[in-house]
Amino acid sequence: MSNVEQMLTLNLKIWRQDDRNDKGRFVDYKLEEVSTDSSFLEMIDMLNDELVKEGKDPVSFDHDCREGICGSCAMMVNGQAHGPNALTTTCQLHMRSFSDGDTIVIEPWRSRAFPVLKDLRTDRSAFDKIIAAGGFISVNTGNAQDANNLPVNKENADRAMDAASCIGCGACVAACPNASAMLFTAAKMSQLALLPQGEVEAAERASNMVREMDELGFGNCTNHAECEAACPKGIDLRNIAHMNREFLKSKVSGK
Amino acid sequence: MPSHNYFTSSIGKKQITAITGLGLVGFTAAHLAGNLLILVGADAFNAYGHGLISNPLIYVAEAILLAMFVTHIVMAALVTIQNTAARGKRYYIKNRSGHGETIASMTMPYTGIIMLVFIILHLINFKYGAHYETTVDGVVMRDLFKLVVEYFSNPLYVAWYVFAMIALGLHVGHGLQSSLQTWGLNHPSYTPKVKMISVAYGVLVAIGYSGLAVYCYFLN
Repeated sequence: MSNVEQMLTLNLKIWRQDDRNDKGRFVDYKLEEVSTDSSFLEMIDMLNDELVKEGKDPVSFDHDCREGICGSCAMMVNGQAHGPNALTTTCQLHMRSFSDGDTIVIEPWRSRAFPVLKDLRTDRSAFDKIIAAGGFISVNTGNAQDANNLPVNKENADRAMDAASCIGCGACVAACPNASAMLFTAAKMSQLALLPQGEVEAAERASNMVREMDELGFGNCTNHAECEAACPKGIDLRNIAHMNREFLKSKVSGK
Repeated sequence: MPSHNYFTSSIGKKQITAITGLGLVGFTAAHLAGNLLILVGADAFNAYGHGLISNPLIYVAEAILLAMFVTHIVMAALVTIQNTAARGKRYYIKNRSGHGETIASMTMPYTGIIMLVFIILHLINFKYGAHYETTVDGVVMRDLFKLVVEYFSNPLYVAWYVFAMIALGLHVGHGLQSSLQTWGLNHPSYTPKVKMISVAYGVLVAIGYSGLAVYCYFLN
């Protein structure tokens, strides 16, 4: 790797699948003149331009902000969620992380709860269903009051903020050997349970979100920590321990 | 959809697997401590065994132990089946991060199956094995020491035993720290130490049990 722009020739092996019911297959492509300064998604855009010119179906993939905050650009790059770089979404991955002549394998997230819609795009509405089951605050918090009326200790504020940085991209599910959604669910639960307004419904929320998560067919956490390593936002396993505690509390208290 | 309660939930099943696993980790420590009497001598080991089986509370202890084993296996099997189903289609290539999965964590179902086979054979070989008799301080009792030394005179038996004990070491090495996380105990400064203690305990039981097997081989 160097800081000087170089042009790469790449061999791409990309998963192509027409729709939910199609069996799918890998298709090999050769792409030339890829700048090391371009992003990974720009590289796929280049390929798609060529495919369109040839009258072929372009590779379908999700993308939106392209600045690492929306969580759309879900794909496995060479067997790693969002590619080889830590704390990086696919859109923030640049081609300077690759070398001339590399073969790059690109696959969609694989999980029973995230069915493939087309090529690299998966249906991740299961995450929305988990949020809808309890990832919100429904107690009446009254009118706006003086900020200092609700003391929040620094540690909890920091941890809630860290948990809230989850962008719901699904890399945790994709990287987990068990396709478990516990890191996502735990982050969405912790961000509320750690703060005074959210604490009131913490046990009930844990119970409802875990039930939804289970019913959607996600796996169980077996504490490998692959999710933590794959998370582009660095959400940590403490959140899952917190969820386990809140869930137990909900069952003990009958909520 | 079956009703969702603690026992059918993902976290409930994990927590039950974890707590029974912790109980079984305790058993591995107690059993190893008993085995160490082999180093003291035949009489000490036989007298300890006799003391255990002639105490009526042994039936209660055995019932609890059996219940822990069965619950642990059933819950872990259910979790593993669900996890395999949740994955769906496998990846063409999957690179591990290097910061997550370990050999121990990846092989939990396999080391668990090895333990199950081992325990069944172990009970057949020893608990329900040949009944020799000896007299210690005028008391007639079972000569388990003779049976142990007899089995471990076979190098193949020693090799299988060592293999099973390495599986045990891997299983408890991940299981011990994993069970605390599952019960919600995770702390930025204690958890790394707990992980180290957990791995150290795994190494200790593997070496402890295997070492005694090798010792018995050389007694012959």
